[in-house]
Amino acid sequence: MAMADNTTSTQRVEQTAGMPTLHKVIFVVLLIGLIALPFFAYPVFAMKVMCFALFAAAFNLLLGFGGLLSLGHAAYFGGASYVAAHAAKVWGLTPELSVLCGAAAAGVLGFAIGSLAIRRQGIYFAMVTLAFAQMVYFVALQAEFTGGEDGIQGVPRGELFGLFSLADNMALYFFVLIVTFGGILFLYRIVHSPFGQVMKAIRENEPRAISLGYDVNRYKLIVFTLSATMAGLAGATKSQVFQLASLTDVHWSMSGEVVLMTLLGGMGTVFGPLIGAGIIVTMQNYLATFGAWVTIIQGVIFVLGVLMFREGIIGVISRWLKKPL
Amino acid sequence: MINKLAMSTVALAAMAGAPVMAQDISVKLGVLNDRSGIYADLSGEGSVVAARMAVEDFEAADKGMTVEIVSADHQNKPDVGSNIARQWYDVDGVNAILDIPTSSVALAVADITHEANGVMLNSGAGSTGLTREQCRPTTVHWTYDTAALANGTGTAMTNAGGKKWFFLTADYAFGHSLEENTTAVVEANGGEVVGQVNVPFPAQDFSSFLLQAQGSGADVIGLANAGGDTINAIKQASEFGITQAGQKLAALLMFANDVHALGPQTAQGLSLTEAFYWDQNDTTREFSQRFMDKHGSMPSMVQAGVYSATLAYLEAVQTVGSAEDGKAVVDQIKTMDIDDALFGKVTIRADGRALHDMYLFQVKAPEDSTGEWDLYNQISSITGEEAFLPMLDECDFSKQ
Amino acid sequence: MFELLGIPPQVLLGQLLLGLINGSFYAVLSLGLAVIFGLLNIINFAHGALYMAGAFVAWMLLNYLGIGYWPALILAPLIVGAFGILLERTMLSRLYHLDHLYGLLLTFGLALIIQGLFRNYYGISGLAYQIPDILSGGQNLGFMYLPNYRAWVVIASVLVCFTTWFMIEKTRLGAYLRAATENPTLVGAFGVNVPLMIMLTYGFGVALAGFAGVLAAPIYSVNPTMGEQLIIVVFAVVVIGGMGSIMGAIVTGYMLGIVEGLTRVFYPEGSAVVIFVIMAIVLMIKPEGLFGRPA
Repeated sequence: MAMADNTTSTQRVEQTAGMPTLHKVIFVVLLIGLIALPFFAYPVFAMKVMCFALFAAAFNLLLGFGGLLSLGHAAYFGGASYVAAHAAKVWGLTPELSVLCGAAAAGVLGFAIGSLAIRRQGIYFAMVTLAFAQMVYFVALQAEFTGGEDGIQGVPRGELFGLFSLADNMALYFFVLIVTFGGILFLYRIVHSPFGQVMKAIRENEPRAISLGYDVNRYKLIVFTLSATMAGLAGATKSQVFQLASLTDVHWSMSGEVVLMTLLGGMGTVFGPLIGAGIIVTMQNYLATFGAWVTIIQGVIFVLGVLMFREGIIGVISRWLKKPL
Repeated sequence: MINKLAMSTVALAAMAGAPVMAQDISVKLGVLNDRSGIYADLSGEGSVVAARMAVEDFEAADKGMTVEIVSADHQNKPDVGSNIARQWYDVDGVNAILDIPTSSVALAVADITHEANGVMLNSGAGSTGLTREQCRPTTVHWTYDTAALANGTGTAMTNAGGKKWFFLTADYAFGHSLEENTTAVVEANGGEVVGQVNVPFPAQDFSSFLLQAQGSGADVIGLANAGGDTINAIKQASEFGITQAGQKLAALLMFANDVHALGPQTAQGLSLTEAFYWDQNDTTREFSQRFMDKHGSMPSMVQAGVYSATLAYLEAVQTVGSAEDGKAVVDQIKTMDIDDALFGKVTIRADGRALHDMYLFQVKAPEDSTGEWDLYNQISSITGEEAFLPMLDECDFSKQ
Repeated sequence: MFELLGIPPQVLLGQLLLGLINGSFYAVLSLGLAVIFGLLNIINFAHGALYMAGAFVAWMLLNYLGIGYWPALILAPLIVGAFGILLERTMLSRLYHLDHLYGLLLTFGLALIIQGLFRNYYGISGLAYQIPDILSGGQNLGFMYLPNYRAWVVIASVLVCFTTWFMIEKTRLGAYLRAATENPTLVGAFGVNVPLMIMLTYGFGVALAGFAGVLAAPIYSVNPTMGEQLIIVVFAVVVIGGMGSIMGAIVTGYMLGIVEGLTRVFYPEGSAVVIFVIMAIVLMIKPEGLFGRPA
């Protein structure tokens, strides 16, 4: 199930050792930009973008590098945001512990669902993940601790390590920056490790990977669990930013949005999901006044993306530069 | 009274012609509601139109006030709504946020408003939590809440002989609280609940649940749901001959738009409670006709509530002299005796709950209806003190 | 013995019948999806939106042109089918050489656009569409009151499903279709216009969705979100039945309608997810679906 066109797959990141200079430069520039950003832009909005960027990057690990299309990633994103919100509000945990709780819960959930889903391939895999995500949604709607359609409201922002208050937007911003940027670097590291190489081999030619002696299912399960955990990290962080966890985060349309972000930015690229997330979140934010047009524009992007820019924005740029991005 | 100012922009500037006022007060209002989802018709752009009409009718410009209105779609998502609300207060200098249907969003905005010392004039949401568990000194909950609706419909129908109730409950917190509220009212009036079924939300097909309700032998089937679910349930009840066989339907949350969408053929005989109906008296008709000319449909009670709440708010701002301190403005509103064009006598209780009469309506039969929007007969009315839940002590902000 | 968990048999019988009626919608919709998947290898995520469009076209025919229910039952599917052909020619046909998943993503986008447009123009409250006079009223069956229109839904769907199945499995045209699924190049070499056949098949599958939409219009409110709620369930039905299996889609459609109906009596809260639970179980035990051939 190679999602990528043959034309792009040859241009993917192939190095194992070290980070290419270009990537280093981009990451550094990105980091500097993000440190400066809250002094110019509205921090809460910037935090939202970063959470979704991590979410899309986690999803991209599975789709772009693992070749597995999950239609149920909202389950891990949203599930983690509920757990983190509950941890912060009811158990009174500090923000970093709440976020870790959320990510861990998503990891466990991802392991459980993943171990069943990876037995199937292609469209069946997508449908199984969707089915399980629907069940998670059902639980979120029904369970006592999730607060039904009101969600978990008024989550305290708390004090980092019990020391630094995150009530101020700026303080929180740097917490979110560290978590999400760290998460994205971690994902980068995975993709460019020997483990990542095996994943890519499986994506390109599964029977061959099997014949080479790799336990394909074990690799798929690990990558699925990792992706779910990181998606959970993003969702958990988001619940701390907005001080709430709600059904939006577990709804299947959230699963669709993350596919859209990844597709738009360029699946299988390092920076694509980040750009894709930035564009979609900005669009939703600034087009909010136009009501149903947001949906229509998203649909148009989907259609154009599939018909004309299957490589995504970064994919196209990467082709121009003849360098993997 | 009728101000025929043709408005093409949202900003009403008080340039010339404000000789009396010493100071210029500038106010920025944000209408935050659902512009694309299930509440778009009963709030949506219509609420923005209503807010603009209020600004015109208040003659803000002549009183030395510059009022600007912005609007946004919260898509019924609390995270989207809270993001917009924060940005409005932090960056865009919005003083008050209006409407906000969908309880989950309203509850989130209530907190943000309190932190930012803004004002929330809620018309669209039904959660009693806004003036109870999550009451805030900067909240005014204008139009209705689920308890008042349950109270209005439950009391009237039980007293009219509907002693045995069966609930079709949308299976989430909102549906359960609607059922709970109504059950208390029914039992207090000597009725009993013979059964209930939790219906997954949202649902298209209610036939199976309606059949269970039919088999229960109840006099009244209480629909503890909203929007499309209520519409489908009513439609199918008529299809399965349930209403014809003598069981009555009580819609516990329904708006004139929904009845209009159903048509009187299907909805006839249905009982429901509302805070406002366009055809109540001369002033409501006059307002509604103007609204109709601008927006193309009659105002819902939510849109009417946006209009009236905006008028009251502007008056309070004028008295206070500034819109900056949200809590001060709300405190001022709470001292006012409001004689509203649409809701009659209104007082705002210390917890932010607006008290006004609520009305029980019955949907007309098609042969009695003289026009597309001629929907209701008024059956009875109850006072605000009776309709709304009593104030909780911890929400009495006059003592804090 | 028949009294299960305190539910009297006549109630059970009524619920079975209601389940069958809902199953009729599942059957027609999943049949359309299965036909499209079988031949085009495209997961048509826009199916729900086109189902909704069918209901809206019927409403528009009535309100703008004064065309009633019966002609609309033929015209609306034709219009929706023609629209589908347009989509196939301009967009889908470019994706046949790619992975299935691209088709899914494209049609997902199309669904968003179609839904958004109807939302913009017709709002969200929904529009009323009356049951045709000849089918109003109902029969008292003793154990329940069966509205005539619901009976008609079952009959119409059985007729359509049977005809489609017969055409594909038992006629020469159907044989070409099935052959083209296996090996389009070879069938093309025999002088059959394969692209035309694919185009018409997509149009037909989509027309089935439009047909279901017209059937649904008088029962449910004609509403831009009516397809969104249904589509995921119908997908699950197709997966359970076996992707691309015509018979599987039909039988599973009716069957799951009944299962869902029974769940509504015994555990109403779970009736929204029961189909997904079944889907997960089936995929684990028999991944090709109940009626699918092992890949």
